[in-house]
Amino acid sequence: MHVSREPFIRLAGVRKVYGEHLAISDATFDVLPGELVSLVGPSGCGKTTLLKVLAGLHSHDGGEVRIGSPTHPFDPSRDVGMVFQAPLLLKWRRILENVLLPAEILGLSMKEARERARHLLQMVGLAGAEDKYPYELSGGMQQRAAIARALVHDPKLVLMDEPFGALDALTREKMNLELLRIWKEAGKTIIFVTHGISEAVFLGTRVVVLTAGPARMADNFEVDLPRPRTLDMKTQERFGEYTRRIYRLLGME
Amino acid sequence: MNTKLGRWTLAVSAHLALLAAWYLFVRLGEVPKFVMPSPAATLDALLQPNYNWWGNIAVTGTEIFGGYLLALAVGVALALVFTWSKTLEAFFMPLLVSLNMIPKVALGPLIIVWFKYGVLPNSIMAFSIAVFPILLTSARGLREIEPELLDLVRQLKGSRWQLFRKIQLPGALPYIFSGMKVGAILAVAGAIVGEFLGSDRGLGYLMLQVQVTLDTPAMFMAVLLITLLGMLLYGLVLLLERILVVKDARVA
Repeated sequence: MHVSREPFIRLAGVRKVYGEHLAISDATFDVLPGELVSLVGPSGCGKTTLLKVLAGLHSHDGGEVRIGSPTHPFDPSRDVGMVFQAPLLLKWRRILENVLLPAEILGLSMKEARERARHLLQMVGLAGAEDKYPYELSGGMQQRAAIARALVHDPKLVLMDEPFGALDALTREKMNLELLRIWKEAGKTIIFVTHGISEAVFLGTRVVVLTAGPARMADNFEVDLPRPRTLDMKTQERFGEYTRRIYRLLGME
Repeated sequence: MNTKLGRWTLAVSAHLALLAAWYLFVRLGEVPKFVMPSPAATLDALLQPNYNWWGNIAVTGTEIFGGYLLALAVGVALALVFTWSKTLEAFFMPLLVSLNMIPKVALGPLIIVWFKYGVLPNSIMAFSIAVFPILLTSARGLREIEPELLDLVRQLKGSRWQLFRKIQLPGALPYIFSGMKVGAILAVAGAIVGEFLGSDRGLGYLMLQVQVTLDTPAMFMAVLLITLLGMLLYGLVLLLERILVVKDARVA
């Protein structure tokens, strides 16, 4: 994968306040094109708020948010895909139609989108589920469909807000491996919000640690583990060093 | 008896049993016709042209369906407007809940003062009584939609219309239908009460006319036809629900 050194996202001293409440302060980090950055921290650390700022759903009150570069231009409405903790599939639509939603809203060519949606469903392991209704799928499968939906309009940036937080532990590990495969295949820049420390290290090319009370950015480091990542890496010494580093920052050691 | 056929058989049997009980009661009890006519005497009334059944059905049907459709449009539209502005909702919703407490029937004489008598005031009566359940369930249904789903559309810079058409309306539909079912029954009552209070046509008006001559068979027939009109409306609502709402999403 060609990775230019020009950052795709640049955050410098980003601050967000709700009334009296400081939701984020001094968030400063760069994201290179094609990176998968984990945002990790406890509840109330502002990670979801930061994601919403990146999605253009919230404004920020201070600092600079710049997305896109001359080599990777960025259109905030077309180039973002979102995945939430709940799959949020439309109950009244079949899976394929659910995946097509962003394409419909953006007014893309439906013929091409349909083809792309089928391909994406195959990629997330849901070939054959096109005509099913969401209630016919398990939670993990619904979340796969939600990931396909986030990719259907071919966004450059995918924002994920604890996408596997509601899944059981085993399904979650499996989905982690799947996500890494999808990320490699789709070649997107991904910001992955989680409160799972080992999940953050396992997935991330880089980990940004946010702390709560007061909300601020505490660390930002590159994860130097070989790729592709495998589950047995979690037992390795270097993996343990990274997770310990995060635990220490969160005052949990 | 849980098979579909078994349930149908039971349902039809219950109706036939009531009919038989009615017949036997009148026949064996030697009940006078002006107190309670037999099923045959009731059916016979339908064949008398002087009651102008079709014309009266058309009038009452127009009042019911007209008032009901207006209630549906206004109820859903108001609920939608409330999703756009929390202030508007906080301002109007408590007021509407209070207005809902007015027994709409008590407004009848006023509606006649304002709109004279006829199809329009009776439709307004049906409307005023049917609109609240539809409005309240629609507002509830629209509120229940996950805010993140709205974020998803807003992030893509979707229009208000797209948001309504693709997310809000289908999402709230199961709730809207539960209000529509309640509203359907109330609309019929509203139209008939309107006709009782002041009108010159319709099945309710006919009942008052024949009451003076103790023409009970015609009154029975009128009640039956009003019931059938209500069943038609209710049946259409059920059918529409079956077509539009995915099974899993239906609210009982």
